[in-house]
Amino acid sequence: MKTMSYLEAGREGLAEMMREDTSVWALGEDLGRGGVFGQYHGLQDEFGKDRIADTPISESCILGSAVGAAMMGTRPVVEMRFADFALCAVDELVNQAAKARYMFGGQARVPMVVREPSGMWRSSAAQHSQSLEAWYTHIPGLVVVMPSTPADNKTLLMESIRCDDPVVYLEHKDLWALEGPVDDDVAALPIGKARVARSGSDITLVSWSAMFHQAMQAAETLAEKNVNAEVIDLRTLWPWDKQCVFESVRKTGHLMVIHEAVQVSGFGAEITSTVTENVFRDLKSAPQRLAAPRIPISYAPTMENEVRITADQIVEAALKQTGK
Amino acid sequence: MNTKNFDRSRYTHFYNQMCRIREFERAAIKAKDENLVLGAIHPSIGQEAAAVGVCENLNKDDILLSTHRGHGHTLSKGADPKAMMLELLGKVGGNCAGKGGSMHIADFGVGMLGANGVVGANINIAVGAAHAIKLKGEDKIVACIFGDGAINRGPFLEGLNWAKVYNLPVLFVCEDNGYSATTNTSETTAGGGPVARAQSLGLEAETRDGNDVVGVDIVTKELIQRVKESGPHLLHLTTYRLGGHTSTDPAAYRPEGEADGKWSEDPVARCRLMLSEAGVSEDELAEIEAAAASEMNTVYELARDATFPPAADAYADVQDIGDPRKEAF
Repeated sequence: MKTMSYLEAGREGLAEMMREDTSVWALGEDLGRGGVFGQYHGLQDEFGKDRIADTPISESCILGSAVGAAMMGTRPVVEMRFADFALCAVDELVNQAAKARYMFGGQARVPMVVREPSGMWRSSAAQHSQSLEAWYTHIPGLVVVMPSTPADNKTLLMESIRCDDPVVYLEHKDLWALEGPVDDDVAALPIGKARVARSGSDITLVSWSAMFHQAMQAAETLAEKNVNAEVIDLRTLWPWDKQCVFESVRKTGHLMVIHEAVQVSGFGAEITSTVTENVFRDLKSAPQRLAAPRIPISYAPTMENEVRITADQIVEAALKQTGK
Repeated sequence: MNTKNFDRSRYTHFYNQMCRIREFERAAIKAKDENLVLGAIHPSIGQEAAAVGVCENLNKDDILLSTHRGHGHTLSKGADPKAMMLELLGKVGGNCAGKGGSMHIADFGVGMLGANGVVGANINIAVGAAHAIKLKGEDKIVACIFGDGAINRGPFLEGLNWAKVYNLPVLFVCEDNGYSATTNTSETTAGGGPVARAQSLGLEAETRDGNDVVGVDIVTKELIQRVKESGPHLLHLTTYRLGGHTSTDPAAYRPEGEADGKWSEDPVARCRLMLSEAGVSEDELAEIEAAAASEMNTVYELARDATFPPAADAYADVQDIGDPRKEAF
């Protein structure tokens, strides 16, 4: 067991997979200099320029070439720099990577990981801040992973690289420096398994990625007010751990989903609908969503904060929902 | 023609392949007209020499990426026409299990990694396949065939630049039939075309008559060697689509008489004449033609009489993790 950052954990996970399996390689802009956030620091020294490949600023070719290389039996890890820039490669991800296995009747496998640093950090405005995870969950063929802790960022990245499906792997930029315990010998964590991070009986708070930490903070405050919130870190959005959420809602009767992405057509809608359809009789209140208004993300902190969900907002909404 | 060094058996085989492609396309059009093929098909009638001249030079383990107009390339790479026709009709036994149809024909068993429904999308995939070949240190190449319309898409710039930067073993083949779907490509293309664009990125590139199967054969053989020795190359083959964009497109947008005039350059007829002049007998040529027609008629009948896959197969081969047939946990 050692303490390391979310960023270091991801780097260690990739390095371990590259040592274990020579078919694993990474490609993207500026990787030789460590990547834009330092997630690849030192890896080119160890693995060389062929396996930690610096690419031109050609998002469409970065992703599209990974599809070809994956179909040829290698396991490319694609770095998209910012989740927003992956939109330059939507055809390659949605029409090619996600469809190849199906469209070719099972002849192809596309074992690739698309790393997309996602979400808000301070004053990065509308093209460097988005959380677009719900889009990807809508595409058959894709797996969607959003780790929230250093330990998960190592284990889930390794599992994503081992996976034979294309995985959209969304790391949160605001979590890079977050430190936490990581086991030296990481036990495999199956993709799709949620974590009950805090047990409680009064309300279920479901979240993922950076927003999970706001939910945990809110749960502390709620406890002081005699509301015991159960907090679930979903970890992966497709597949998502329905049974874990159902079980919790059966116990608490109240569900709130909190996410950083825009509320309209966000993944919270999928979760609240699915819970309503399946465990309606156990619900004591209408499932709630707490998410961003449908406005682009601003630069000035006053306006930027309008799209941030805070622990205080979660506390207030939870008290109202539970009638306490 | 100098018949002294003429490889009669090689080009008789090429003629056979061209006839098989033409007859496959005719059978596919017939099946489409009879509503046996439900989706769109993009026949390659008129472009057979480009397909055969390039693909007959590929080894089985070389990789091929093709286009929506890919029946000829796929057949020439060695795919079974039965499985192809079954796929066009969406039947059990199709190459893609009835999930792809004409525009997604693929046969990984012969190194054919897929036609593509998105113009130019195969270029990036091709350079990635070549990247994998380089990483694994294998001695093979990727042939990536696209049309003249594809040079106006971003992947043409990104993929050719990429191939040159990493010195990847890719032979890019621009099969130029003059039309981007239904618009004359010259009306929507600035500058000097595919060769000039490729050369601006440092690739060697050249234009050849794509309806001359011998010329395409000779240049392809030479270029494959050069691709292996010195990296990517672009071959621009001029040809003509003797039919419409799809089998149901009457192509009325073409100037009157244009297609009629182009039939005089029909690559199949040109190859036949050449073989005839080289001393191949009328009987032998007629036998090849009859055998191709018979083979593709059998293929047509087999596909016509085959069954559709069960509806439940729609849920297979989506993904392992998050498989729609089962709950995650």
